[in-house]
Amino acid sequence: MTPSAIEFMGAARRFNDGYTAIENIDLRVEAGRFVSVVGPSGCGKSTLLNLAAGLLSPTSGQVRIFGEPLNGLNTRAGYLFQQDALLPWKTALENVTLGPTFQGRDATAEARQWIERVGLTGFHDRYPAQLSGGMRKRVALAQTWIADPDIVLMDEPFSALDVHTRVRMEGEVLDLWAGSGKTVLFVTHDLEEAIALGDEVVVLSAGPAAQIVARFEIDLPRPRPLLDIRTESRFHQLYAQVWTALRAEVMRSHERQL
Amino acid sequence: MSANSSDRWMPVWQVLLGVSMLSLWEAGSRSGWLDKFFFSRPSDVAARVWEWIAAGSIWPHLGTTILEAALSFLIGGAAGIGFGFLLARRRWLGALLDPYVRIANSLPRVVLAPIFLLWFGLGIWSKVALGVTVVFFIVFFNTFQGVREVDPILIDNARMLGARERDLVRHVLLPSALAWIFSSLHVSVGFAIIAVVVGEYLGSSRGIGYVIAQAEGVFDTTGVFAGLTVLSAVVLLVGAGVNAAERRLLRWKRQA
Repeated sequence: MTPSAIEFMGAARRFNDGYTAIENIDLRVEAGRFVSVVGPSGCGKSTLLNLAAGLLSPTSGQVRIFGEPLNGLNTRAGYLFQQDALLPWKTALENVTLGPTFQGRDATAEARQWIERVGLTGFHDRYPAQLSGGMRKRVALAQTWIADPDIVLMDEPFSALDVHTRVRMEGEVLDLWAGSGKTVLFVTHDLEEAIALGDEVVVLSAGPAAQIVARFEIDLPRPRPLLDIRTESRFHQLYAQVWTALRAEVMRSHERQL
Repeated sequence: MSANSSDRWMPVWQVLLGVSMLSLWEAGSRSGWLDKFFFSRPSDVAARVWEWIAAGSIWPHLGTTILEAALSFLIGGAAGIGFGFLLARRRWLGALLDPYVRIANSLPRVVLAPIFLLWFGLGIWSKVALGVTVVFFIVFFNTFQGVREVDPILIDNARMLGARERDLVRHVLLPSALAWIFSSLHVSVGFAIIAVVVGEYLGSSRGIGYVIAQAEGVFDTTGVFAGLTVLSAVVLLVGAGVNAAERRLLRWKRQA
């Protein structure tokens, strides 16, 4: 049996101030799958991604990447952050070539193709401050994808964008992912987005000490027409199912914050 | 009056203010209200500066002062950036040295001048040493702060893209700290010049500080003011150079 791309084995993460973000996480993400993770805000979704990225190490349990215990940074993963993570002092093109630059490789020609592919032709010499939020996300997408990682971790990458830009960006992510064989772990608080994009939706419980409460297989056929999918009846059925699980956690999270 | 029109005329007002102050000084001196012996007068000062330039007598002194300031600036700046990085990235070392850095920075630099004269002699190096002690701390504190203030997301992203420590320094930390370092350069350039002039003033055989000290020794106020005038001109010129470099290196901060 081929090993899972990402495997959390009883993983927990407690921070120095005693706060336990996630606890007892058992999750296998098979290679090539697009898995969405939803949960109430502050439930440790980002912590889960940081464990998979190797930016954090679990305080107990283990994370395995393609069967190997993760020790230090996950070199097979790319990470699309929620916040702007482009270097403000580098142009769009220089930002896209950043990964290859660190490897000592000149990838200017390749990066130009990527800039075209994410629809930013003619913007390669702009600085991030001169680009819109959506354009910056496109640059970040190209920056992550050019390194051809086996695993792509995404942390609410489009939450700061307006609804229309967001749907377009989601479509572009699906286009990039389709047939690439890459494994995607996609964290979001938006259930519609999670269902529209994912092969599977994982629901986390309210934090602290968040755990996995439910997993749903999303059997919507691909390729998915994102502009229309939200009106399909199967989408509504799935939404209702997942929402029932998520709703309880959102309410609990809400009560704790009061 | 709109802000726009006031901005457009600002250089005119600035020149007008300067000219009227100088005219007041000149008139006060000519009418006898200001004693020429104590206060000299702008026309005499200008004549003296021109005399120095025409005869070429000022150049070796100016050259010495600029050389000393440049050396203290380069040495102090490089050491400040280096130590700033080291102590910001190695938290343990930073915590260990923190009290000593504070103590060293609290020392009044002028008092060190006689000691540096003993250690490094009357030549340029005692002045350079004094300049370094001033420049170092300004650049050090700003670099330290600049490196510490870097958005951790930028570092995480660069690390995920495969950056090693030296890549981080070159592509993330240094450019990020550059804005801080530049804001400190404006101050440290001026202070470097002041420090070496103070050093020259206290004991040397060359430099603008020496010229001023000599003029003072014979109660030649015109000579003192002429020395100060030359010094201000140099500081302004160097400041303009720093501005130009800043505009170029920090152009990514401008929108659109």
